[in-house]
Amino acid sequence: MTDNPFSLWVYLSQSPLLWLTVTLLVYATTDAVSLATRRHPLANPVLHAMWIIGAFLLATGTSYTTYFAGAQFVHFLLGPATVALAVPLYENRKRVVASIVPMLVALVAGSVTAVVSVVLLAEFAGLPRDVVLSLAPKSVTAGVAMGIAESLHADPSLAAVAVILTGIMGAIIVTPLMNRTGVTDFRARGFAAGLAAHGIGTARAFQVDEIAGVFSGIAMSLNALVTSFLVPIAVTLLVR
Amino acid sequence: MLASLGLILLCQLIGEAVVRGLGLPLPGPVLGLLLLMILLLARDRFVLLARGPLRNDGVESTSKGLLAHLSLLFVPAGVGVVQKLDLLASHGVAIILVLALSVVVTLLATVLTFRLVSRLLRQQDVR
Repeated sequence: MTDNPFSLWVYLSQSPLLWLTVTLLVYATTDAVSLATRRHPLANPVLHAMWIIGAFLLATGTSYTTYFAGAQFVHFLLGPATVALAVPLYENRKRVVASIVPMLVALVAGSVTAVVSVVLLAEFAGLPRDVVLSLAPKSVTAGVAMGIAESLHADPSLAAVAVILTGIMGAIIVTPLMNRTGVTDFRARGFAAGLAAHGIGTARAFQVDEIAGVFSGIAMSLNALVTSFLVPIAVTLLVR
Repeated sequence: MLASLGLILLCQLIGEAVVRGLGLPLPGPVLGLLLLMILLLARDRFVLLARGPLRNDGVESTSKGLLAHLSLLFVPAGVGVVQKLDLLASHGVAIILVLALSVVVTLLATVLTFRLVSRLLRQQDVR
């Protein structure tokens, strides 16, 4: 045994093992709660895992850098998971090819709306210029948005936070909103979820319906392409 | 399962290498997605390719396993919000409102465009 009980904490809190374990266990719990509420939108597992872990870090005075040293193993899998979207896409290729025209038109309409609306609203709200620039790519997946923010000399870590917040709000709101519009076409609903709320929207879409998930994954991948081109143009035209 | 994970990583690696090498403005994993898609399609055409992870649903079941926990993968980046508490204290309400409004407008614009266009196409088919 060690003389000082704190030395064990000091050792563990600096090791990747503790923070990887915390991430997995907290998420497993919030996901079980989400399942128990039959996937209620407000029981979003990412949202609740985020604030619980965040509060734990603040309470123990642990820096995000220390936390990320452990959590990066999970974060890393975002890339392979994007590649893995090829499989549902492949399995549903006939339905996808049959809907190619509405998909491409909705992609253009959706991407332009996503970027233009956030820039105009942020300007209207009087947010500082660097915040406006960091919010602009919020509808694409974290890695891509951070890259875009970097190329604009904005704040990539703020861009990542805006991406996650957008994803969570999109995932919470998508089902009630779509039910209200009366759209029952799960191709269209899924496509909108993936375009507006990237991977978190896609995870939500897969919970609701397999076809919605497939179209959401396509929308997320295509929007990553379009937004990379669109944000620099929109920023030049719209930001003072 | 290991070989399948290896194949997925290889697709991503090639994707990243090509994107970096040619300076393409798209994320490496998206190119990796296209590559895996092409491999799966080619496998159906050429029996020669149907081996290892491309056989017996190997890469298919591994990919589905990965996608089953897609939400989890966003948690580490999401916890990054703890670094932005100062900014959220000063501009948090405005930022949340801006993002929420924008996501609603985007969802509606996308879903309605999709429905409109597919309805127009169906009318043309009928005629």
